[in-house]
This record gives sequence, structure tokens and C-alpha cells, in this order.
Amino acid sequence: MPFLTDVRALEEFRAQARAKRPADARVICLCGGTGCRASGSATLRPVFERCLSENGLDGEVDFRVTGCHGLCEYGPLVIVHPQRYFYQRVKPEDVPEIVHESVIAGRPVERLLYKDPATGEVKLREDELPFYNRQQRIAMRDNGIIDPLRIEDYIARGGYAALAKALTSMTPEEVIEEVEKSGLRGRGGGGFPTGRKWRSCREAGEKRGEIRYVICNGDEGDPGAFMDEGIMEGNPHAIIEGMTIGAYAIGSHEGFIYVRAEYPLAVKHLSVAVEQAREYGLLGKNILGTGFSFDIKIARGGGAFVCGESTALMASLEGKAGEPRSKYIHTVESGLWEKPTNLNNVETWACVPPIILHGAEWFASIGTEESKGTKVFSVVGKVENTGLVEVPMGVTLREIIFDICGGIKGGKKFKAVQTGGPSGGCLPESMLDLPVDFEHLAEAGSMMGSGGMIVMDEETCMVDVARYFLEFLTEESCGKCTPCREGLRHMLSILTRITKGEGQPGDIETLHELADTLADAALCGLGTTAANPVLSTLRYFEDEYHAHVYEKRCPAGFCRELITFSIDPEACNGCHACFAACPTQAITGEAKKPHEIDQAKCIRCGVCRITCRFGAVKVK
Amino acid sequence: MSVITSETAEAIEQILKQYPPDPSALIAVLQDIQRDLRYLPKEGLRRVAEYLGVPLSQVYRVATFYTAFSLVPRGKHVIKVCMGTACHLKGAAMVAEAVERILGIGPDQTTDDLLFTLETVHCLGACALAPVVVIDTDYHAHMDTAKIARLIDKYAKE
Repeated sequence: MPFLTDVRALEEFRAQARAKRPADARVICLCGGTGCRASGSATLRPVFERCLSENGLDGEVDFRVTGCHGLCEYGPLVIVHPQRYFYQRVKPEDVPEIVHESVIAGRPVERLLYKDPATGEVKLREDELPFYNRQQRIAMRDNGIIDPLRIEDYIARGGYAALAKALTSMTPEEVIEEVEKSGLRGRGGGGFPTGRKWRSCREAGEKRGEIRYVICNGDEGDPGAFMDEGIMEGNPHAIIEGMTIGAYAIGSHEGFIYVRAEYPLAVKHLSVAVEQAREYGLLGKNILGTGFSFDIKIARGGGAFVCGESTALMASLEGKAGEPRSKYIHTVESGLWEKPTNLNNVETWACVPPIILHGAEWFASIGTEESKGTKVFSVVGKVENTGLVEVPMGVTLREIIFDICGGIKGGKKFKAVQTGGPSGGCLPESMLDLPVDFEHLAEAGSMMGSGGMIVMDEETCMVDVARYFLEFLTEESCGKCTPCREGLRHMLSILTRITKGEGQPGDIETLHELADTLADAALCGLGTTAANPVLSTLRYFEDEYHAHVYEKRCPAGFCRELITFSIDPEACNGCHACFAACPTQAITGEAKKPHEIDQAKCIRCGVCRITCRFGAVKVK
Repeated sequence: MSVITSETAEAIEQILKQYPPDPSALIAVLQDIQRDLRYLPKEGLRRVAEYLGVPLSQVYRVATFYTAFSLVPRGKHVIKVCMGTACHLKGAAMVAEAVERILGIGPDQTTDDLLFTLETVHCLGACALAPVVVIDTDYHAHMDTAKIARLIDKYAKE
């Protein structure tokens, strides 16, 4: 193992790594992100390896299992270089054909290429897809290109050059100035200027002559958000490099990465990467021979949403229950073990190396006046192309949802997009041309949050969505302060009644009142924003609340107590499929004759609707 | 259930050996015990408290605060039904209900034969494939009430 004792050794190693990876090299990139693994990419790996070996291609072809490419909807994804053929929904039986046709003969396998759903046009390469060619990737720069378990891949792509530059040609003060000038703001939700946070932490430590800590918050708890998972799995060295640069600027020698319990693959990749960085002399004592020392420990979360809040996370790192504390004294002054502590989110750390390498001006030239750079969004829900999207700040919601992600699934009508996680808000169609940045989202009653974007169609009930988020927040409320613990519970019980058709006059007003109290009086950031899902749905979709409360009707046809299932006798051919699937034997009828649903027995579970291949089961 | 076997006690000692006797290791130690024994036995908590120098009350507090921990044995197969937003919109509640109906247990409960535990979790990070169910470590995409029934059947026969 080469031990990189100084910057020259790093550059020599980089030159060798690049020489081994010429532009015309034959490379197979198989996506191994959680999304593609769920679609079966793990089973493809041994098939590829065997097939390459059978064809005498061991060592001839560079086979990489990469992190998330972004277009999870079409996984498992495979890219064959140097032609960059982009294959989607690859199955084990497709592997021999890919190896013979593309790797050996250099021709595309037509049937596995992406076809534009609208035009039927076949696309050869990733950059021909509207999903990819409108993106600009900084935080996800190496995702889908490098094997996250191979540090050489990262170094060949320019990895650790920013660290070398910072350590050898910049003072800590200059690093902080550069990050300040870049306009980088916290990607975890708050949007606090990163450089200013670093400066405060450095000054607090200097003043008190104390040790300081840096932390990476990888406790991505927002349901429907998996950007940080994508970066931790796909490019762990980017986080390590960013943290090391930050530690140098702040004057810290010890760092922690706190990863969510539900992300086992991220924990594995980060652990391997930290180990490799140590072996290479990029972490530990006397990094690159510069005299600067820094090391990182990885901590796994225990499955508590509140630990995404910085003070709760620090309590958890200390081995305690993760409860937030009030922030009269900021964590940059007194955080982990009461020492000055600087915490940034995964994506923020991943943006640091490119800023140092390409300069603050380059980064600040991307984005809007107040929000610089790019942002990664996880676009999910009722949208055609679900996945990870990284775009410059200021791009509109419409461009993200319709141009990049292909619009609403199944030709249905757009109703709302929820941004900012459980504490964010739902924005209606009239807001689609809103530029997406910290300021505009907040003005519209939502927030940037960590970048979850959940798209909802006409069949989504907005009252149920509000109820869903409150149920989530009620469960996850740590219980320390009364407004959050009790206020959420009361709001949830009102919303639950409303969705069951038991709403009463006055309910909507009470919801408003409780929401305002919560915003004023809760202890931590999660509590003060917890009423946002209710406030934003009340603001834009009050008519749906009225329909539930006063007409006992769910316009979206979602709330089970307010809907009935029936069978359209014209469409039903009496195939018996629903009959067999119904768990309560509520469906009756003879074979080959239209069936009927006994409303007294029906529990509205919807199995019949899923089972029916003729669309005969209707919802009212 | 309060007395643990010597094998269990030995397993716990093996885990403790890997950590310094420092209170900050508490969560990591409990995670390892949970992983290996599928629950946190009472006697084990006492031993952890003693080793790390943490009051037993605080060990109990941590063990009951985080959802990753269980004080009763979990089943051989843990069925995690994702209730994240994307999964919710696509009918995750129906899937969870189907599991409850088939196995006769509620969330965080285990079947009498210790074969299955049902957990409802908030987002497993595979939103593109909603609704998602993870059984042990295997992801199952685009679940519905009919598919989950077949899947449970398959695991029960294993």
C-alpha cells in the first residue's frame, strides 16, 4: 500500500491512477445504490463477473459497482464505456448479450436502451436523457462514475487535490474566507452560511483555548428524502475530504459522522473509506506530511428522527437519549461534550472540496442572489422519473417536476408538491413557476429542508397528507417540551376525526390556533416548524378541509371512511380474481358474470382494485 | 426471562471487549447486542451499565428511547414496512394492514412462534420503488397486498 507522505506522492499516485484509466478504457459501471439494489442489481454482480471471466476478460475490463446514478425508477442501471451506452432495467439474462455485443463488439443492445416515453425516441447515452442533461452535478459529481470502495477511483477523478491545496497553500483563515465568499449555505435545512459557522467555531475554540469537534450529520430522517444516502453510499471520500478541510480551517482534530440506522450500506461504505484514507495517510497523524492531524469516527443512529436536530444528535453521540436542548448558547460555542462543535450536513461537506479547488467565484456564479451553488433533490411520489436530481438553485419547480422528472405518472393531474420534509409545506399548481431557493420556498410557506420533494396527484388527499405528517411528528416528538408533545397530539386527533368524516364546525379554527402556539412556543427547530404541513395545506387547500368537515366527502377518493368501492358490471367479466383475493369474502357472484361487493363486509382495503385487470373496480 | 444463559452472557462479554469502558459507547454496545441477540436482555443491560459506568436507569432510558432497540425477543424474520411519504402515497398503510391481518400481530409485535416481527419504519431510502418492504436485509419493491401475502408465505416455508 502506498503511503502518501507528501503532496508530491499524492500527485504521483494520481498520475498512475489516471494512466490506468485512459479515456478509451473498457469499463462497466453497475449501479449499486439502494434503489437499484432493491430492483435486483446485487444479483447482477456475480453474473457479470462470471461472464467476463468466461470470455477471458478478467483484468481487461474494469468492472465497477457504483453509487446511485439518480434515475432509480429505471434501475438496475448499467453503463458501458468508452461508448457510454446507457442500459436500464437490466436483468441477469441480459448480461451475456451486454458483454458480447457492447463490451466485445462495441455495439449497443438496442432493446435495453432508454426510450423516451413521450416520443418513443431511443437514447444511447445518459447525457441524451432530459433527466440528466438539465442537471448540474457538484455534490454528486462522482456518483455513478467511481466505485466508492476504491480510493484510487476518487483520486483519479481529482480527489484530495482540494485538501492538498488547502493544507499546503492556504491558511485556515483563507479557507474560511473562501467558503464565506462562495456563499455556501447549510444543505441540511437551515440554510445557515457555512463559512460563518466555521468562523464562529474557530473563534470560540481559540478564545477558550479548547479542542473543537466537527460533525457530519448523516441522520437523514425526512421520509421521502435520500440525497444524503446517495452521497454517503456513492462518494464517501468527498465527505471525508470536505470534513478534513473544514477541520483544518476550524482547528479541529477529531470528527464524527453520524449515520442513520436505516442506511446499512452507507455505514459500510463510509467505514471502508475512512479506513482507506487512514492507510493512505489522508486521515490520522501528520496528513500528507503537513503536520496537520485529524481523524474521523463513525456512529450509527438508533432510529430517532429527532436526532437529525443538532443538539439531539450531539446528545446521542455522547451515548444519551437524543433530546434537543435550547440553544441560548450555540453549539459552535458549546456543543459535543460542551466543547465548540461545528456540525454540517452530508451534502454541505461534499460541496467543500470543489469550492476550494475551483474557487469561491466559480461556485458563487451558480444559483441565485442569496442561494449559491446547486442543490440535490429527491423527487418521489406520483412522478414519472423518481430519483435524485441536482440542479442550480433558482430552477423552477416546474422544470424539476415536469422537464426533468417527466411529469405526473399515468397522465394524471398535478395537485401539489411537498418540500422540506415533515416540517415543510405543500405547494399547489399556482406555485409551479416558483424558483427553488431558500428564500422563495420560505415565502411561499414551505421550506428547502434537506431536499425532499414529494409530488402529489389528483388522487392524493391533502387532509390525509397533513394527518400523515402529524402522525409521523407525533411519534417522533421526543416529548421534552409540552407544545410539541401535546399540541401535535391534539392536532392529530382532530385531523384523524376529519378524515373519518367526524369533523365538526370549529375544527379548522382550532387547528389554526394550535399551529400558531406550536410555532411560538416549541423548544427546538423541529417543534416550531412541526405545524407547517397543517398551515400550508390550510392555506392552499382549505376547500378540501371544508369538503371533509361539512360535506363528509373526500374529493380525492382516498379517505377510507368516506369512500365506497363498487364493481362496474359493464367492465367486469366475472374472472373471479377479486373474489379470491378479498380478505373478508365481501365479493360475491358467479363465474363469468359480473360480481358485486357487499358494503357491510368491505373493509376498503383495495385488494380487489389492484387485482382487477379490467379496471372494473371503481372508487366513489 | 430475567436469567440469561451462559452463552448469552458470553456473547455480551465478547461485544463489551471491543469497546473501551466509556459512557459514550453505550449506544454502539446496545446496537451490537440487539444485532446479535435480536433483543436486549435485562441481565445484559445490568452488565452493560456496570461495564460502562453508566447508571442502569440511563441505560434503560436509552434502550427505550431509540426504536432500534427491543426489550423482548424479536422474530427470526423482521418485516419492515416503509411508511415514508412516498410509500404512504402509494398505499403502504394497506400493505402494513395486510401483514397485520395475515400474521395476527400489530406493529412492533412478534408472532408466538418467534418467526416474524412487524415493524413500521419511516423511510428506507428506496422511495423510487414505493411501496417498499424490507425483510431482514432484502428489499422488495412495488409491494401491494397480494404480493406481500405471497412473500410472507415464502419466508414462512424457508
